Amino acid sequence: MSAPDGTKTGMKLTLNIWRQPDATSPGKMHTYQVEDVSEDMSFLEMLDVLNEQLNAAGEDPVAFDSDCREGICGMCGLMINGQAHGPVTTTTCQLHMRSFKDGETITIEPWRADAFPVLKDLVVDRGAFDRIIQQGGYISVNTGSAPEAHSVQVPKEDADRAFDMATCIGCGACVAACPNGSASLFMGAKITHLGQLPQGQAERDKRVVNMVAQHDHEGFGGCTNIGECTSACPKEIPLDVISQLNKDLRTAMKHGR
Amino acid sequence: MAVTGLVFIGYVLLHMYGNLKVFAGQEAFDEYAHHLRTFGEPMLPHEGLLWIIRAVLLLSIIGHAYAAFTLWGRANRARTQKYVVKKAVAATLSSKMMRWGGVTLLLFVIFHLLHFTTRTINVNGDKDSPYERVVSSFQPEMWWVTVIYLLAMGALAMHLRHGVWSACQTLGLTNNAKSRARANFAGVFLAVVIAGGFALVPLSILLGIVD
Amino acid sequence: MTDSHSEFSSDVDSHADAPTIDPDLIDDAIDYYTPGEPIVDAKAPTGPIDQRWSTRKFEARLVNPSNRRKLDVIIVGTGLAGASAAATLGEAGYNVKSFCYQDSPRRAHSIAAQGGINAAKNYKEDGDSVHRLFYDTVKGGDYRSRESNVYRLAEVSTNIIDQCVAQGVPFAREYGGLLDNRSFGGVQVSRTFYARGQTGQQLLIGAYQALERQVAAGTVTTYTRHEMLEVIVAEDEAGQSRARGIIVRDMVTGEIETHLADVVVLASGGYGNVFYLSTNAMGCNVTAAWRAHRKGAYMANPCYTQIHPTCIPVSGPHQSKLTLMSESLRNDGRIWVPKNKADCAKDPREIPEEDRDYYLERIYPSFGNLVPRDIASRAAKYQCDDGRGVGPEVEGVRRGVYLDFADAIGRLGRDAVEEKYGNLFDMYARITGEDPYETPMRIYPAVHYVMGGLWVDYDLQSSIPGLFVTGEANFSDHGANRLGASALMQGLADGYFVLPHTIRDYLADGPFEKLEESHPAVVEAKAAVEERINHFLTVGGTRSVDSYHRELGHIMWEYCGMERTEDGLKKAIDLIRTLKDDFYRNVKVLGTADSLNQSLEKAGRVADFIELGELMCIDALNRRESCGGHFRAESQTEDGEALRHDDAFAYVAAWEFVADGEKPILHKEDLTYTAIEMKQRSYK
Repeated sequence: MSAPDGTKTGMKLTLNIWRQPDATSPGKMHTYQVEDVSEDMSFLEMLDVLNEQLNAAGEDPVAFDSDCREGICGMCGLMINGQAHGPVTTTTCQLHMRSFKDGETITIEPWRADAFPVLKDLVVDRGAFDRIIQQGGYISVNTGSAPEAHSVQVPKEDADRAFDMATCIGCGACVAACPNGSASLFMGAKITHLGQLPQGQAERDKRVVNMVAQHDHEGFGGCTNIGECTSACPKEIPLDVISQLNKDLRTAMKHGR
Repeated sequence: MAVTGLVFIGYVLLHMYGNLKVFAGQEAFDEYAHHLRTFGEPMLPHEGLLWIIRAVLLLSIIGHAYAAFTLWGRANRARTQKYVVKKAVAATLSSKMMRWGGVTLLLFVIFHLLHFTTRTINVNGDKDSPYERVVSSFQPEMWWVTVIYLLAMGALAMHLRHGVWSACQTLGLTNNAKSRARANFAGVFLAVVIAGGFALVPLSILLGIVD
Repeated sequence: MTDSHSEFSSDVDSHADAPTIDPDLIDDAIDYYTPGEPIVDAKAPTGPIDQRWSTRKFEARLVNPSNRRKLDVIIVGTGLAGASAAATLGEAGYNVKSFCYQDSPRRAHSIAAQGGINAAKNYKEDGDSVHRLFYDTVKGGDYRSRESNVYRLAEVSTNIIDQCVAQGVPFAREYGGLLDNRSFGGVQVSRTFYARGQTGQQLLIGAYQALERQVAAGTVTTYTRHEMLEVIVAEDEAGQSRARGIIVRDMVTGEIETHLADVVVLASGGYGNVFYLSTNAMGCNVTAAWRAHRKGAYMANPCYTQIHPTCIPVSGPHQSKLTLMSESLRNDGRIWVPKNKADCAKDPREIPEEDRDYYLERIYPSFGNLVPRDIASRAAKYQCDDGRGVGPEVEGVRRGVYLDFADAIGRLGRDAVEEKYGNLFDMYARITGEDPYETPMRIYPAVHYVMGGLWVDYDLQSSIPGLFVTGEANFSDHGANRLGASALMQGLADGYFVLPHTIRDYLADGPFEKLEESHPAVVEAKAAVEERINHFLTVGGTRSVDSYHRELGHIMWEYCGMERTEDGLKKAIDLIRTLKDDFYRNVKVLGTADSLNQSLEKAGRVADFIELGELMCIDALNRRESCGGHFRAESQTEDGEALRHDDAFAYVAAWEFVADGEKPILHKEDLTYTAIEMKQRSYK
């Protein structure tokens, strides 16, 4: 935006933000105004500005997670106007304020899932994802016991597909966006990644059965193949992986797992 | 869910085939209805096949509904605190209608059984010929019956559109972009063919094409 | 963040053009430190360099498998160096506790490394070998690393690839199904393994999965959202001081917890965030390392910082971090600034060819836009300092230069450019809102790696017995400059293949006498943490933590950044001391200690960054030579190239903390090379 004299002026925004002091207290929405928001700011930098403002006014700053701020660590994640990571297919940290208009009201909420309890404000606990991985999201190979890397050839197509599915950053947007609160896309990505490689075959049946059991145990919902997850995924993991997960599960059941 | 859904799809395809016999005339239709009851005799008792089908359908509906309500319950428990604002980006109308649409279909099936099978809801006087029962049910003066059936077919189309695709996903048949596109097409195709095929009969009667 | 390091140097005997100087005459820092006793690395075996590691592995004592579960190991950090060590020690049967400040071990900043990982596999049969990787790494580090360590790194590099492939890391492959390699950083062999532009992510996920597997097996316990705030050093019965545990803060409940163990490993990463803006993650900090330093661990070569020339420039005062773009962009892009200061605010496309200054091509005609990182970075700084920078004015200065692809698009076609750089162009467009196909990109250098870190011996043990340091947190392998694709290699080498062998020699003496929480060392450490937290919360000042951090960053970037001078560094030390004083009296931290309090977390980190910043300046002041990432304006050739002084500065500067307000003690470890000859790099 340019003022008549050509200098840039910032946007003025109204923010509706979920505030919750801790995991056990109830929360509610609060309204804040921020001014002088530059369109070059990232969404999180805009929240930094709000927090400086709150700090100066003696109010508790809004807690939110972020770390790498370059779209790869998966730490950030906000529900912005009802969309996980906001209106652009990327992570919250890579969303920039040029995607918003002057005078807009933006509603910001944490990921909502009972398996991701809110710890404070916009910060949630995604430990459930780690516990799902613990149930088989790996290939068992002790350090030093690996064979020579070139002893197994992997067709390029398989390696590429495995890579595509391994790009999942574990941010939880799939769960946040899913009307059922399911983590099937997250699970499917890992199962497809490891199942696509020769190294992952030995534990393939056990992996899918145990991971799905843990997923259900954590209280995630079941998949009804709606597809909100894949459109919210910043890494564009396709719905294929959920079908692959189901297929692997069926195969495992056939094998009597 | 997927397996029981496929049982229903098989059944409605057969059912639709039978219904379309209306266009072959009263004799053909009534004979088909009669044959259904004597099918397999004397190996099977009278109406044996029908009862077998009814049993399979009953089990399927129990399984289907059980799975559906379980998923519904899990979804509710998975997010007890709702969003203040939530946008649906990818969800099709049909996917959003699965649960209430399914309930609607269940209610319709009950109505339909009371209407044509047990004849508890008698809208058109007692008639012995199945053909006459059908034709008389969809006369313009009882337009509301036709409306109920057409609405139900709308719900069925929606349910099939998402259900077919979803079943393919659940059965693990769609693990690449091409097969996903095919499954989506199959959903639309079966929805149009089945719901359209069923709707053809009451519409034709309403418009006087069949009398 | 790993990326190529352009290496076009020819070798020249260093003594030929380095004038002989008397180190006593040039010690600019003499008023700022106390000279201490020299130190030596007592652990590296002597003998032929290629046998030292096997000798050490054999000589390091073993721990009986049944004793291992009685030995508690604390590992701080879950990046490549920490997660791999935790998984490996867990597999061996030790009782491991793994700590990270993030919400999951998978988020550590190793994940952001783009380029690749080096290994001397010689799959291309292009003449690579362990010795060549060793040679390239020592040379790339400007002869300021310890040769035994580097040789070992090159040696175990091949095992890393085997291990990662077996874990299911999806490295790029050729159509034949074998692993693909690329040439990286101007080296003449193809030894870099990669997974598109996300190698760090894939390697970290591999290590993370191995770690989670051990969690399920019960050998490793993870403590996420826990920040280490103090190390516990206690004397045993024989009067020997040992690291015996850590004090951490549960970042959710605020509880201060004591965790005791037989050995402590710090894998807590680098401290690039001392500059406020860097390519590091928001949470990267020096606190774990700095707390250990204050307890007696020497900090080595803290001034060695790597600055990357092709980052996206700062867009305004709100900027919270910087984003790196692959240096490969310089292969086809041309770097320029307007000749006339009046043109700096103009649309670059309207500036005619004759009014553009392609300054790298002008000053370095033979290498042009491909000069090494440090030269490209400094040249950009000079242009901007001179008022010819471009892009938005941030605090009165335009800090950016153009990287123009118009020629490349004209020559190769848009499609070819898109094929090569499409991802990077998309990323640039997303962040800046500008289309680099239409208008030149803007770039500026940014800090992205630190070679300095806690001093360790060959066993990766610090000067505190029982405190081991791995990965970017230690100083050991990269000398004054790190080669592209070597950070991932070092992290995994340390964690998978080095530490598990060396730590057993220390643990063979364990389990150590059980420490009670009432032990004075524990009580003291815990009280110190609580007092510090209480101080921050009760200062009741007026300035936010971030504002101090930003100011520190400005000081560091201005005076201890790409170019350092005696006057500048001395000024910086004064400014930092004033800032520190003000910080403790005027910082404003709201909220409580017993809740999730991000301002409080930041306050502790910034307090430590301030102290580190001062030491970095002192270290830079002491080293009146230019080497690798450290450029002293006083030590350059007539052509403005870095000039090393091997006769005076071929040492590791290991700094010992004495007390607040007192001068640190400098211990020098002389660097001697038996397997390689020291050469001066030259770009002419």
